[in-house]
This record gives sequence, structure tokens and C-alpha cells, in this order.
Amino acid sequence: MAAKVLTITSGKGGVGKTTTTANLAVSLARDGKKVVCIDGDIGLRNLDVVLGLENRIVYDLVDVIEGRCRLRQAMIRDKRLPELYLIPAAQTRDKNAVSPSDMVRLTDDLRAEFDWVIIDSPAGIERGFRNAIAPADMAVVVTNPEVSAVRDADRIIGLIEAEEKGPARLIINRVNPAMVRRGEMLSAEDVIELLAIELIGIIPEDESVVISTNKGQPVALDGKSRAGEAYHNIARRLNGEKVPFLNLDEKEGLFQKLARMIKPGGN
Amino acid sequence: MAGWLDWLTGQKNKSAGQAKDRLKLVLINDRTDLSPAQLDEMKNELLAVIMRYVPINPDEVNITMSQEGREHRLLADIPLKPAARKR
Repeated sequence: MAAKVLTITSGKGGVGKTTTTANLAVSLARDGKKVVCIDGDIGLRNLDVVLGLENRIVYDLVDVIEGRCRLRQAMIRDKRLPELYLIPAAQTRDKNAVSPSDMVRLTDDLRAEFDWVIIDSPAGIERGFRNAIAPADMAVVVTNPEVSAVRDADRIIGLIEAEEKGPARLIINRVNPAMVRRGEMLSAEDVIELLAIELIGIIPEDESVVISTNKGQPVALDGKSRAGEAYHNIARRLNGEKVPFLNLDEKEGLFQKLARMIKPGGN
Repeated sequence: MAGWLDWLTGQKNKSAGQAKDRLKLVLINDRTDLSPAQLDEMKNELLAVIMRYVPINPDEVNITMSQEGREHRLLADIPLKPAARKR
């Protein structure tokens, strides 16, 4: 096997990088791929709680890099899926404990054994981002349809190109179709036009993401929710399948349609 | 009826349209590292240089930034005044 290293990044914090990493990892593993995800956010570890694996951490990324344990010992296996592993970030260490070349070496050790190595980048454009992007074969930028998130995504896309890791692919997260219809939220088309990169997924705003994260069970585990389905579609696109984008208007009932025709300016 | 009228006139002013227009300008500034003030200054200097060589009407000059993919292009449309014939 020769793994692909996929780095999930965004520039701005809070747009859903970690949720996206967890759900893409779960979706790929559900499709029978061997997946390891790495939390690149040293000092602000979170991928463990989103995946629901926080109680099983013994060693972390920095322990591996500083030689306190073997790589295997820091890999937590997710028992819900056949082949999904997490390498957690260190919570207490100095973030300069890891360098870009450390990350390249680490992922090279993983490549032979896995189909996908997914790295959750920290927010920002500092060392943590450079660590996360250094070993990448492919970079995914997550954004929300909001001015600040789109602006920061554009900055990060430029940096990814400068690091010769481009072209980046785009995931637009937390799209609210009703607001887009009212003209009060940027549409996916608007964001694509502004950022001018290839889209690989649109995730609708979905309560089930919060609910499932509360429980430590990523939405993509059962794939019944809209967001879970959208994540699963991205995983299939990453594997080269042609999957049409979800029609976010589908769920609108006849009543809502009528109401909109009668009162187009309203809800 | 008033609803329709509001809709027709209001569509352009919806916040998504504003967000898009604002972002277009911000992204040009971020990508080129040129502030709107610097862009204006550059335009004025360009015009001053051109006017040293040929007569032009500054009001007819149109200098814009166009975007193709992630690349930007400065486009200048500068109509020249017919030269006064020398005899």
C-alpha cells in the first residue's frame, strides 16, 4: 500500500476542520480503507474528543517524535471500525517540539501500511500549519460561507500554492440552504467563484453534527444524517468516484415552496 | 403586492450580495498586497507618465482589475486624443 497524505486546513479557527477530519476518516474507514488520522494541533488537542477516543490516550505525537515510545504505541485503534487509528496531539508540550521534517518522517513510516493518512492542521499560518502541510500529497481547505472564513481560506490557499502543495480542494461547511435562498448567506457558487479552486464537498448545517459530537460518535458513523451523507460523498470523491453534489433544496416540502412563492421576501 | 416590489428592489441589497462584493475587493487587496489607496496612487502615477507622451483625457481612462481563476490582471483602457496636426 502507498498511502495518500491528506491535510485538512482552513486558516480561520472554528470552521469545522476537526469535525471534517474525524468524519472523513470515519467515512473512508467505513468504505474499507485503512486510515490513520493525526492531530496536528499541539497544545490544543481535540480530534480525540470529536472521535470519542479521549479516554484511551497513553502516548502522543510528541512522545513518538522525541523517542519516548514506538509509533505503534501512540496509535489508538477505533474499535467501531476495522481499520481506523488516531495519533493524538500532545496537550501540554511546547508546540515547537515538532518540525516539518519530523512530520515528513512520521508520515513516511505510516505510508506503507495505510491507504490514507489524514492530518488535522491547527488554525493559523504559523509553525503548526507548516508542520501539517509539509508531508501533504493533497490539501483540503475547509471554510464557512462567511466573510472572515472565506478571506482566511483565500490566504491559506495562497500559502498552500506557495509551498507547492496545490491546487487545494475546497469543502464548504455549515451551509444553511434556507438562508441562501433568502439571499442572506453566500451560496456555494459564490464561494467557489471567489476562491476559484475545485470543490469537493458541501456540508449542510445540521444539528446532528453537534449531537453526535456531544456523544463522541462522528455523524459519518451511521451516515443517516444529511451531514453524514455529505461527508461520505466526499470520501467517495477522494477515492476517485464521481458523486453528484447533494441537492440541499431537496428537503423543502410543498408547503414551504408555496409559502415562499406567496411571500418571497420572508422565511 | 408590496412583498413583490420589496423583493424586486431589495434583492441586490441582501446581505449575501454585499458579502460577495466586499470579499471581491478584499481578496484583490490580499492577493496583490495593494490597498485601495495604493491602487489609486498607482493609477494616478500611470496617467501622469502617459500624459507626458500623449494627450489623453483622464476622465475617459478606465483602469480595472480583472480576475481569471486565482490570477489577477490590471487592465487599462486609455483612449488617446487625436494629436493636433503639426504643419
